[in-house]
Parts: sequence; structure tokens; C-alpha cells
Amino acid sequence: MIKKFLYSQKVAPYVFVLPFIAVFIFFWVYPLGSSFGMSFQKIQLGQEASWIGFSNYEKLMGDGVFLKAVTNSAVYMVLTLVVLIPFPMLFAVLINYKFMWGRDFFKSSFFFPALTSVVVAGTIFRLMFGEMEGSLINSVLGWFGIGPVKFLKGQVTGFVALVSLATWRWTGVNMLYFLAGLKNIPDEYYEAAAIDGASSLQKFTRITMPLLKPTTIYVLTISIYAGLAMFIESMMLWNGNNSPKNIGLTIVGYLYRQGIEKNNLGYAAAVGIVLLVITMIINLTQLAFSGMFKKEE
Amino acid sequence: MSRDIFIKIILFVFFSILCALILIPFYAVTIASFKPGEDLIRYGLNLSFDLSVMNFDNFNYLFTGNHAYFTWFFNSLLLTIVQVVLTLLVSATVAYGFSAYEFKGKNFLFMCVLLIMMVPFEILLLPLYTLTHNIGLMNSYSAIVLPGIASAATIFFFRQYLRGVPKEIVAAGRVDGASEYGIYMRLILPVMKPSFAAMAILNGMNSWNNFLWPFMVLSDSGKYTLPIGLKTLLTPYGNNYDLLIVGSFFSIIPIFILFVAFQKYFIDGMTAGAVKG
Repeated sequence: MIKKFLYSQKVAPYVFVLPFIAVFIFFWVYPLGSSFGMSFQKIQLGQEASWIGFSNYEKLMGDGVFLKAVTNSAVYMVLTLVVLIPFPMLFAVLINYKFMWGRDFFKSSFFFPALTSVVVAGTIFRLMFGEMEGSLINSVLGWFGIGPVKFLKGQVTGFVALVSLATWRWTGVNMLYFLAGLKNIPDEYYEAAAIDGASSLQKFTRITMPLLKPTTIYVLTISIYAGLAMFIESMMLWNGNNSPKNIGLTIVGYLYRQGIEKNNLGYAAAVGIVLLVITMIINLTQLAFSGMFKKEE
Repeated sequence: MSRDIFIKIILFVFFSILCALILIPFYAVTIASFKPGEDLIRYGLNLSFDLSVMNFDNFNYLFTGNHAYFTWFFNSLLLTIVQVVLTLLVSATVAYGFSAYEFKGKNFLFMCVLLIMMVPFEILLLPLYTLTHNIGLMNSYSAIVLPGIASAATIFFFRQYLRGVPKEIVAAGRVDGASEYGIYMRLILPVMKPSFAAMAILNGMNSWNNFLWPFMVLSDSGKYTLPIGLKTLLTPYGNNYDLLIVGSFFSIIPIFILFVAFQKYFIDGMTAGAVKG
């Protein structure tokens, strides 16, 4: 009887998707809900919680360190968008040029950095941006007569190191995304444009860019998410979650500091909810502006 | 024609310079793994290729020294294999459910799959941490494997792939009297094989390099994975550069070899999400 029920065509689909439903409820809906609840509580691991209304949020709004973290994450996100969208797009178009030598070799070597873990990549960059005269970046600066820079002690130079790390790891991957997008543009478009006497620049702005829009939206969406949620990169560069004057502190870093290091779970949950709201607002606005919702179905 | 040659040379020079810039960190870490740790502390990571200070001591220490590196290495390997196998099987099953049937709530559930891809996992860290603590799964691999077992990106990719599989296979299976599960196991899974490679690589890479969540869950150094182990070599009281650099170098190698051998699948797996079907 049970067997017949489970084997019917009506029930089988639910059996197939059951693992997803279970994971979704247990590891997404429940934690998200409890995170939301926790954000209205004063709560510590292993202790009785108490409801405190909006206090956590009120405190957050006046918390200078939190505002610093939000600014850092936002600036980092903007910088990575500015670097990691136009340049990879341009490189993809150039490498796709029909008389290109060594295309496959370049494609693979650009991809190499994405194979490393953040821990390894972060360690390498931390040492490359070391403050000694002999460390890689400073020795290059030395050739131009610029004295050793203490990169990780300053706000601007610290961000140079952070954004360099992101650029190094993701340029190749984003380039591959754009290359995959370029494959979907029919050659005829360019041939027709050539007959009409279009210049290379016109072809790029009138054909390539508009037709790469879906790819660009995808890269934009994941980059916004990755930029706002960045944490381990900073943790590796500064060897821990404490950077001088919090120059490298991010939203997730602050969540980690309050929640795990200080066992201030309710307050940290509020940080998480703010992050969720910011991410959702930015991404939904971006998707609405690019007309993504109209195109579905 | 000469204009083409000119462009060709310009592009080649341009990409060679970019390529050199991208490969410099690899070069630096490679030569650093042959230098003594004190050198690194004194001069930082640099490009000087000085044979007089270079030797195999670090490698010697890596393979024969008294440290936990290979415990971490095999923990990572084990965890990666378990995670990849389970995630692929579970996600493929779910994807098949979404692609082969029409059922109540299907659209809503699939929206949930897409939603997961847009919520930063990081905000779940704390509630997952307390949940793991409360159900007593701290310091266990289950706590690392379970939350990711139905991976949204993987489900999405498999569903796109299954769209290209002819529906006649399922119909023919039914005519032959196979059960719904028999059809999936015996007819569909074999057809899906090619799509497994790309997802195995993508999930494998994520799992091999995964850091934050395992770092929070695992407290017993005998259970550490490679990224966590390497991270513990950096301490506020002094850094074990001898092992850190050679260990970092060595941790890249397995992925490097896989990449060179299965390049196409890496690229398919990485760019799977970008091309909408």
C-alpha cells in the first residue's frame, strides 16, 4: 500500500525534490527566521535570552564601528565593480579577436588565480604587500624612487591591497563569463555592420555591449553579493579580524566579531539582517532597472 | 593584411604583459618555497632568484617533519570527495524532479532555489552556528556537509542540462513498466554523466578551498582541513613561514593538475550560471 503510494506518478516528484525542501527549511528558512528573531533579543550562547524590541537596531544606527564596516564594504563593492566589469569585458573582446595568438594559453593562465583558496591567495598578497623594503610591491616602487610604503597600515593603501587581491583572483573568471556571452552573438551582426561601414568602436558600443547585457547583469549580481559579503580576504590580509583603526573591517567581519568573538548573538544577528536588506535592495533595484523582471516568462 | 599582423603583435604583447602580471604571485610563492623562512620575515615575498640561499629544506620538512600538514591534506581530500559525491547525487535527483514532472508548488519551490542563490550565506553563519551547537554537531564533518547538500547552483545547472534530454526516454521507460525511480536510476542518470564532470569540478574546487564555515565548526586540530590548518600557522606570536609557504605551494598543485587535465570542465562549471538556457 505505502509502496504503491510512493511509486505513483503524483507522489514521485515530491520524493525527488524532498531533499531540497528539507535543506531549505532546516538550513535556510529556520536559520533566517531565528536570525530575525535573535535580532530582537539579547542573547548569548548557553544563556537565557530576553526580548528587547528594536534596541539592537537602534544601537546599530549609532554604532560608529558598524558604520565604518558598512562604508568599507560598500566602497570595496563599488571598487570591485569598477575594476572587475569593464576590464574583463574589454579583455574578452580583445582575446576573441580572430587573429589572436595563444588565445587558449592566455585564457587558462588568466584563470589560474581562481584555483587558489582565499587563505593561500591572501597569504601571498599579505607578504607581497609587506612593509619591508624588500617585499615585492615595495621593491618595485623602489625602482621609481618611492620609499617603502606601509600598505596595510593606511586606509587607501590597505584598500589597494584588498582590491588588487580581488582583481587578481577574479579578472580571469569574469573574462570567461563575457567570453561565454560573446559566443552567443552571431557573426552576421558584425558582418552586416562592416558592410554599413561601422568602425570597431561603433561595433563594440552598438552590438557587443547591448548583446552582452544578460552576462553583465549576471556578473553584476554576483559581484554585488561577493563585494558586500567579503570577509576572509580582509581576515587574511590583516591576519585576523582586527585591522588598525578598523580600516579593513567589513560587515561580515563585524558580524563575526560581535557574534563569535564577543558572543553577542542578538546584536550580530541584527548586523546580518541589515546586510540581507542592503544586498536585497541593491540587487532588486539593479535587476528592476535592467528590465530583468519583464523578461522572465 | 599588414594591418592585421600589426594588431596581432600589439594584442600579443598586451596579453603577454597581463599574463606576466597575473603569474608573478605564483612565481614568487614558488621560489619562496625554496628559501628559508627567516628570509621571508626579513625581506618579504619577492622575486629575487638567489641560488645561494635556495634549497630543498622546506620540502624536506614538509614531507618528513613533525607537523599535521598531511593530516589536514587528507582531511580536505576526504571531505571534498564525500561532499562532491553527496551534493551531486542529491542535487541531480532534485533537478530531475523539477525537470521531469509537473506538480503543485513546483514554481514556488523553484523560486526558492533561485532565491537561495541571492541570499549571502554569511548571514546564516550565526543561526547555523547556534543550531549546530544545539543539536550537538559541533566539530563534526556532518555540520559542514549537510547544509550544502542540495546546492542551488548545481540544481540549476542540472535542470538546464535535463531540458536537453528527450522526454521519450521517460515515456519509453514507462511503457517498459519501469517504476518512476527505476527510470531515473537506470535511464536518466547514465544520460546525465557528461554534466557531472563540470559540477564535480565546481563543487570540488569550492569544497577544497572552503574556509569560513569549517573554521567556525571544527575545533579539534586533528579534524582541520587544509585552509584552516594553513591559517593556524599564522599566529600573533610568530608565523611558521617554513611550513606555510611550502604548504600553500603544495596545496595548489592537486587543483592545478586537475585543471590542466580537465580544463574544459572547469570552464563549463564556472561559467554554467552565466549563460541562460
